[in-house]
Amino acid sequence: MTTSQILLQANAMEQVREARYAQRKLVNRVALALALMAMVFGLFWLTWILYETIRLGVGGLSLATLTEMTPAPGDVGGLANAIYGSFVMVTLATFVATPIGVMAGIYLAEFDTQGWLASTTRFVNDILLSAPSIVIGLFVYAVVVTRFKSFSGYAGVAALAIIVIPVVVRTTESMLQLIPAGLREAAYALGAPKWKVILSITLRAARAGVVTGILLAVARVAGETAPLLFTALSNQFWTSNLSQPMASLPVTIFKFAMSPYENWQKLAWAGVFIITLAVLGLNILARVLTRTKI
Amino acid sequence: MTIATPERTKISVKNLDFYYGKFHALKNINLEIPENKVTAFIGPSGCGKSTLLRVFNRMFELYPEQRAQGEVVLDGENLLTSKKDVALLRAKVGMVFQKPTPFPMSIFDNIAFGVKLFESLNTTDMEERVEWALRKAALWGEVKDKLNQGGSSLSGGQQQRLCIARGIAIKPEVLLLDEPCSALDPISTGKVEELITELKNDYTVVIVTHNMQQAARCSDYTAYMYLGDLMEFGSTDQMFFKPTRKETEDYITGRFG
Repeated sequence: MTTSQILLQANAMEQVREARYAQRKLVNRVALALALMAMVFGLFWLTWILYETIRLGVGGLSLATLTEMTPAPGDVGGLANAIYGSFVMVTLATFVATPIGVMAGIYLAEFDTQGWLASTTRFVNDILLSAPSIVIGLFVYAVVVTRFKSFSGYAGVAALAIIVIPVVVRTTESMLQLIPAGLREAAYALGAPKWKVILSITLRAARAGVVTGILLAVARVAGETAPLLFTALSNQFWTSNLSQPMASLPVTIFKFAMSPYENWQKLAWAGVFIITLAVLGLNILARVLTRTKI
Repeated sequence: MTIATPERTKISVKNLDFYYGKFHALKNINLEIPENKVTAFIGPSGCGKSTLLRVFNRMFELYPEQRAQGEVVLDGENLLTSKKDVALLRAKVGMVFQKPTPFPMSIFDNIAFGVKLFESLNTTDMEERVEWALRKAALWGEVKDKLNQGGSSLSGGQQQRLCIARGIAIKPEVLLLDEPCSALDPISTGKVEELITELKNDYTVVIVTHNMQQAARCSDYTAYMYLGDLMEFGSTDQMFFKPTRKETEDYITGRFG
């Protein structure tokens, strides 16, 4: 081949490449435009929701909202009992559900990964994970409320805990599975017993992810209305007695927003604002925790 | 000039077969690993070097489908049938892996973790032990001011030396090194090799390596393995200068395959 032939060939090759590249660039532009449109569509509604929440929520917000009890129609008052009830029930549910969920997750990831018990547990857990929360509310109603013949904070805690458990099981298992086998082997190679390897090495390495899972589960149940509707019901007054019906933010919002009274509707918006803020805070905390990995 | 001492056998492998499920990975291995020497296992990928290494601390037992048949005698006892807790064996036979695996804790705790499993030392003794191990692994100078930082904040080469320090901190008698330098740059590799040479005064070292020069540089004995068979075993000088088998020579000189 002469030099000119080689040059010609190189030139032809160059043209083919350019044509291919131009086509790829076009496909890239179209895909990017579609992705941006989808993002704008999602963000549009989210911003609108946030805007309305803030616009109507801040209006109803005052110091009384945080310190006074839910009022009678037309009266002045706040959401203190509902905020307190939500806080108590969500916290208790988290404390009940977290150890169960984490331990089940450890079992699935570290002890029995392929056995029939693990497969069954995983299957049931997946069903529980996608079960509508109203079904869980009705279940607790049938099992707890009818047996003790009373709506109660405990029944609310039970319903919320049942929602939290599968989320924690799933995230704990996935987070532990992400830990490379080499890390486990290295700990075993030092002569560490299995429980020590799990507690000090794998669970520790996965803790940011596990805590994030728990926080996201908490954020989810903090806004749940359906499981509390038939279990904790609601309460116009302050109560720290969990065997009595207990107020919660979501149920109060539901009740107040549906009412024809203006002061109740205002408080409902204030409640929406508080709950949005709390869930947003939990999500941000979860983000921060996943970022600061050791 | 030192007086040559007759060599004691530390680990004696007799008729060892190993299976991954149905796959016959090691075929009737017979081998004697001398005490206070460096023994290198070489051979192409998949020949069973790492598998053999993982029998010595029964690491394979973590995986139910893997099993070993035969005898591996450590200090007069067949470790495959020993009734002693496997943790005690692993305290005696330490291991460093191919990839550095710092634990999710501080540099200090990375070393102290293993020590705490078997000894209850007071703070001063523990600090001394950590310093001793880090000095042995030629890492002390680089980390002495940041012992409280996370182990994964170190560079790859430093992490690997941290893992070696962690392995020797519990004072094992045998140290198994599974391609400890494959992820390291030449400078870190040099440091680790110096360390290996120094370690053999106190430990019996077994090293798996893909690097011929490394085997030649730091081992006293070399075993060449191929497809689950032990092809040839002898002193490193003999293996590299006048191997008895043609296959060994081909592999070592790079004319393999």
